[in-house]
Amino acid sequence: MGSYLDGSQPAPFGRADGDSRLRGAGGPGSKPSAGFMDRQGSSFADFLAAYSPGLLPGRTPVPGIPAGDGQVLRDLPHATTIVAAACEHGVVLAGDRRATSGSMISKRDVDKVFRSDEYSAIGYSGTGSLGMDVIRAFQVELEHYEKMEGRPLSLEGKANRLAWMIRGNLPAAMQGFIVVPLFVGYDEDADRGRIFSYDPLGGPYEEHRFYSIGSGSVFARGSLKKLYADDMPVRDAVLACVQALYDAADDDSATGGPDLTRRIFPVIATVTADGYRRLSEAESEDYAEQVVQARMSEPDGPSAPLRAAG
Amino acid sequence: MPFYVSPEQSMRDKADYARKGIARGRSCVALKYAGGILMVAPNPSSALHKISELYDRIAFAAVGRYNEYENLRKAGVTYADITGYQFDRRDVTARGIANWYAQTLGTIFTESNKPFEVEIVVAEIGRQATDDQIYRITFDGSVSDEPGFVAFGGQADQVSAVLKERYRDSLSLAEAFAAALAALAAPSNGEQRPDVVAAQLEVAVLDRARDHRTFRRIRAARLEELIGEVRAAEQKAAEQKAAEQAAEQKAAEAAEAAEAAEAADSPEETPADASAPDEPADPAGAAPPIGPDAADSDRGSGQGNGDQTPPSPL
Repeated sequence: MGSYLDGSQPAPFGRADGDSRLRGAGGPGSKPSAGFMDRQGSSFADFLAAYSPGLLPGRTPVPGIPAGDGQVLRDLPHATTIVAAACEHGVVLAGDRRATSGSMISKRDVDKVFRSDEYSAIGYSGTGSLGMDVIRAFQVELEHYEKMEGRPLSLEGKANRLAWMIRGNLPAAMQGFIVVPLFVGYDEDADRGRIFSYDPLGGPYEEHRFYSIGSGSVFARGSLKKLYADDMPVRDAVLACVQALYDAADDDSATGGPDLTRRIFPVIATVTADGYRRLSEAESEDYAEQVVQARMSEPDGPSAPLRAAG
Repeated sequence: MPFYVSPEQSMRDKADYARKGIARGRSCVALKYAGGILMVAPNPSSALHKISELYDRIAFAAVGRYNEYENLRKAGVTYADITGYQFDRRDVTARGIANWYAQTLGTIFTESNKPFEVEIVVAEIGRQATDDQIYRITFDGSVSDEPGFVAFGGQADQVSAVLKERYRDSLSLAEAFAAALAALAAPSNGEQRPDVVAAQLEVAVLDRARDHRTFRRIRAARLEELIGEVRAAEQKAAEQKAAEQAAEQKAAEAAEAAEAAEAADSPEETPADASAPDEPADPAGAAPPIGPDAADSDRGSGQGNGDQTPPSPL
């Protein structure tokens, strides 16, 4: 049985012709005050898709650019390496600060790690401007759901939602404007941090222990593989991530290392039972200094034991 | 339509209808305190809220029919999120949302047969206390900018009168909460109960000390603690008052005695050593029975009743 609340019947106080000013998601050209009433779902992105699809990132193909035009793509700033490592009762997410346009460094102090909500964080690599839009939309999506429903999405719910939003970027992705996020969060039920990775068409793929994305990801992951231990304390996991970023910057030209002259250091975030926390500049500097100092004597970083102990 | 109804008559009827519906429920209050804005509503349900977050620094409180104000709340959240997404988070203001509500409610009131039986408050905290704003929007779309406090819904006039007496600038949270409880316990705001039970109250603040999202519900343990503080303060005030009265009485007696005896030999009998009586005196004075209570006045009635009869939760 339908009621006016679910939209299948006209409102009892409305006119028979539907009183379109007050009901449902208005089509293009409807007044802004129109579509907000009688909302059905709790998804911001779904609402936006009906209300004003142009506001969603990557939904419409960028006009006038033939697929695979390398020059245009190369000239856009691209964000690079992000690493994540699960730790004791939480997870660490860290990113370098470099954005590159082809072989040129387009920005030295870019932020690629963000708070997505109280118990999760997101980083991205790929086309910078599009990535920023996707993250902004994702942040609003999580907060919107929480406010509409009075409770936050489950961690899997958030990860799936992000996959769907990356899929929404498909038309742009087919032209080469690719955004790949790395999503981490604290799972309250399991009391541990979890990591989700994506491909340009979505996902999510759950990763275990640690993961990295972006141009320097292979080097970072190799480094983490040797440095990572299960249930590391948060401090150790942060240090491992900074080491991995250093190794990535060492071998990948698109990844920036700690910039001691300009005092630019990696962005590091932790998500634990206490929620999201971005390490202060001073803390981040402290970790970076530790790593750089140690590399003065050992340029390749700490070496892992050749033979497994015992 | 077979009969002619004059526009005046039709508007009057609609307004009466809406007013009656709103008056059946219980009042809510919102008031500024030193650290932000406090909102208190009697609400036996912990899941179906009357007070909610709209945006980083903006909250929503409503009385009336649940399905109608819930619809408006969701619309407000949508409006706020879209504006913040399109522009910047700082560009979402209570004024904008209040205007949107006013337009929407005004249109519904004039153009539909059944007006919304709701009254809404949109509150926003600024960087400083002087920038705090409280807007009240009524069923017909009129907006008012409230000075420092507002009582709405139910018997708002009586509640507002008590609140006005107790309100002043820069109250502490506990003081503001005490004022809110005293106001909600005003005569004719539902049946009287001597005790406040945390489970029957919905309390939330916009807390200036927090960054990003400032809305915070005060529940369970913290709420009990707050109620305890209020009780202790009231007890103390009552004792103090009783002590003062006893002292006055003693002083008067001493003066009388001195007069009678014409010998000034009792300097010790000054107010200083007057002790408080055992029980807190003066129930009608400093400590009004506080009790927004469980049993809702509109319980069990059928359609058209206010506040606490939400449709069955989905």
